[in-house]
Amino acid sequence: MNNRLTLAAALVVATSSASAQTANPELPELVVYTYDSFASEWGPGPAIKASFEAECACTLTFVAAGDAAEVLSRLRLEGSRSAADVVVGLDSSLIPMAKESGLFTAHGQDMAALTLPIDWDDATYLPVDWGYFAFVYDTTRVETPPTSFVMLDALNYSIIIQDPRSSSPGLGLLLWIKAAFGDQSGAIWEGLADQIVTVTPGWSEAYGLFTSGEADMVLSYTTSPAYHVIVEGDDTKRAATFAEGHYMQIELAAQLASSEQPALAAAFLAHLISPAVQDVIPTTNWMYPAAQSADLPDGFAAPPARALNFPTEWIAQNRQAAVDEWLAALAR
Amino acid sequence: MAGRAGALAGWVALAGVGFLCLAPLAALLAQPGQWPQAYALGVLRFTLWQAALSALISVGLAIPLSAALVHRRFAGKQLLLTLLGAPFLLPVVVAVFGLLAVWGRSGWISSLLGVPIDIYGLPGLLLVHVFFNLPLATRLILQGWAMVPPEHLRLSAQLGLGWRGQWRVLGAPILRATLPGALLVVFLFCVTSFAAALILGGGPKATTVELAIYQALRLEFNLGGAARLALVQLGICLIVGALALRAARPVGFGTGLALADIALPRARWMVWGDRIALILAAAFLMLPMLAIVLNGIDGFADMPAAIWAALLRSVTVALGSGVLAVCTALAIAALLLRLSTRSARAIEAAVMLALAASPFVLGTGLFILLNPVISPARVALLLTGLINAVLILPILLRLFIPALAKITADYGQLCAMCALENSARLRHVTLPLLARPLGLGMGLAVALSMGDLGVITLFAAPDSGTLPMVMQRLMGAYRGNAAAGAGLVLVSATMLLFYVFDRLGARFGHRI
Repeated sequence: MNNRLTLAAALVVATSSASAQTANPELPELVVYTYDSFASEWGPGPAIKASFEAECACTLTFVAAGDAAEVLSRLRLEGSRSAADVVVGLDSSLIPMAKESGLFTAHGQDMAALTLPIDWDDATYLPVDWGYFAFVYDTTRVETPPTSFVMLDALNYSIIIQDPRSSSPGLGLLLWIKAAFGDQSGAIWEGLADQIVTVTPGWSEAYGLFTSGEADMVLSYTTSPAYHVIVEGDDTKRAATFAEGHYMQIELAAQLASSEQPALAAAFLAHLISPAVQDVIPTTNWMYPAAQSADLPDGFAAPPARALNFPTEWIAQNRQAAVDEWLAALAR
Repeated sequence: MAGRAGALAGWVALAGVGFLCLAPLAALLAQPGQWPQAYALGVLRFTLWQAALSALISVGLAIPLSAALVHRRFAGKQLLLTLLGAPFLLPVVVAVFGLLAVWGRSGWISSLLGVPIDIYGLPGLLLVHVFFNLPLATRLILQGWAMVPPEHLRLSAQLGLGWRGQWRVLGAPILRATLPGALLVVFLFCVTSFAAALILGGGPKATTVELAIYQALRLEFNLGGAARLALVQLGICLIVGALALRAARPVGFGTGLALADIALPRARWMVWGDRIALILAAAFLMLPMLAIVLNGIDGFADMPAAIWAALLRSVTVALGSGVLAVCTALAIAALLLRLSTRSARAIEAAVMLALAASPFVLGTGLFILLNPVISPARVALLLTGLINAVLILPILLRLFIPALAKITADYGQLCAMCALENSARLRHVTLPLLARPLGLGMGLAVALSMGDLGVITLFAAPDSGTLPMVMQRLMGAYRGNAAAGAGLVLVSATMLLFYVFDRLGARFGHRI
């Protein structure tokens, strides 16, 4: 039995060391933590790696560590020992928690090129891309797309949403309704409760259930239909435009204070908002570029005109109350 | 496994498991945090209640199913047995999508009826838990039947015992021995349910503790609070576990020599009952599998090449994890048999708790412990294998302890008389008699580790993606079709590994 144990240990150790990073030892390595789909081969990761390595004389390594909240939590667990130099993909609703961690330092970038529909002057968190939350529907099932939350309630189409306790789109919907209806948001939730087929832990399960026909509409982004048009040639998916406006999700990059290569990290941040990266964002990450330099590709519908957004301090103070209100409305 | 070395190995294994389970929890408890408040206590109450209900239904249905499997002989029975085990081995997301393809609002049953049926809510939650656990409960009860010497069956048949008599001398004692353990195992499994419970349960009404722990750890970074919640849950599970194992009575059928399969006479109405049970169970468990296969084939063309490297990585980790789990379980089981009944029971109840241990808490705690020493990402796959080995341990103990106890009781004196010792005894007595549970256990351990997603994401390093992770990434990038293809590859590989180990065990094993 001892032999077998040794064999097992050897096997496992061998696989884990085989998986350890093999970077070119002569070049400095820049480690970037990001969420799963950003780094994957169909995300923007590979294109960014190629264009940055062409100019930096360095090796760029992406580490995909779950969704955005999981990435932040991993960085907090690692603390000052983290191998990360830069994090990409923190979502705007996570800023209060990111600030509390004290892990990040000023990015020092010129933000004149930013094209966000709101003013952005945060010295630490640099926007990379952004999107509007929206209910995406299937034109073969939804004849009259709702044009407001009130109409969504009245038309009674079945919807799937994400849980605000475990996912950022879920929290985004909470903030969206809060921003649009203020004190009346509880009533809106009570109206919607009977249409909600189910609530999923994350975006991917919800979207998967929607595409397999479990509901008429799903909480996603205004940019989601572009994926179906451009990659699948399918134009049956649309995003409903709501008169109340749409809540923004901004995806941010930040530099770790513990990074041993601040100059390289700063160069990477500058690269992120340069056209080389911004132009590939729409068709790889399916979001709007934060510093748009070219027209959006065909297949992207015109973004809604009215942006809703809360200052991060507001989110920090009111998140728990909004979640409680949601729980009360849906647990009935 | 006799002698001092065996006992030492047992203690070392036990200490290792104890350390792996408790040290991470302790590390998190050391962080500041609140004890669960009203909201968390409500979640805890719901979690325990749904787990109890799921366990009762799963095991309740497993009783007629296992009886049918014992009494009916038909071509392809072995294959059916393996296939029936499949749901337990499915990664959660794959299973949820498979189930919904059948039971969902646009699923097969809805299209058959012409109206969308709505299973979300308690029915859906119970459905998914029974789907996962009915096969496991059935296997645990069948394990009890496997310990009946064929002579008993032949004798019952010759004496012409009716179903009441058979129930009294065979059925009842077997259930008495296996039901408490089976109930406990299913209960503990359902306690840690998270994504499946939330999605099929229809939303926040079906919030389980695991979601609250995830929320506290990942979203709020409230490490201390998560650990306290996990501790309260473990405490309750410990009490439930101790009660359940107290209720279990070991079977005392004695030993037999025959190897033949004996068919028991069965009343005509019961034969029909068996057939109906088999058909219903096969349909319930197999239709979602069929949906997974059909969806997966659709997605094959879209799959990225990355999945093959990921598959290799997953298989390697799973095999390592399986060997580790089986060796550890054997060492602990052998040790427990040397101890007094009472302390053995207490230790087994404690080890059982590994089932109710939150993978998130284990992973995060280990992360904190390792971080000052080594970058946890460097040992990502090693940790994944290790944690999964611990998580499956309780089930392996349930398989090995009764089998080893019976070997000692039936053949211990004979071995002593023949002076069969150590390796000779191991080779000629223990291993042949233990081969079946060993094969089944290895199959389960490997399969469970293949589907892991809870642990690995926390430690993810570049190029360490396992197949479930690649699947998750595909889903996160709109590529649901390709994800279904990757899911099918994962399920096929898992089933194949399970089948190979389970059949190896059956081939080299004697009936005991």
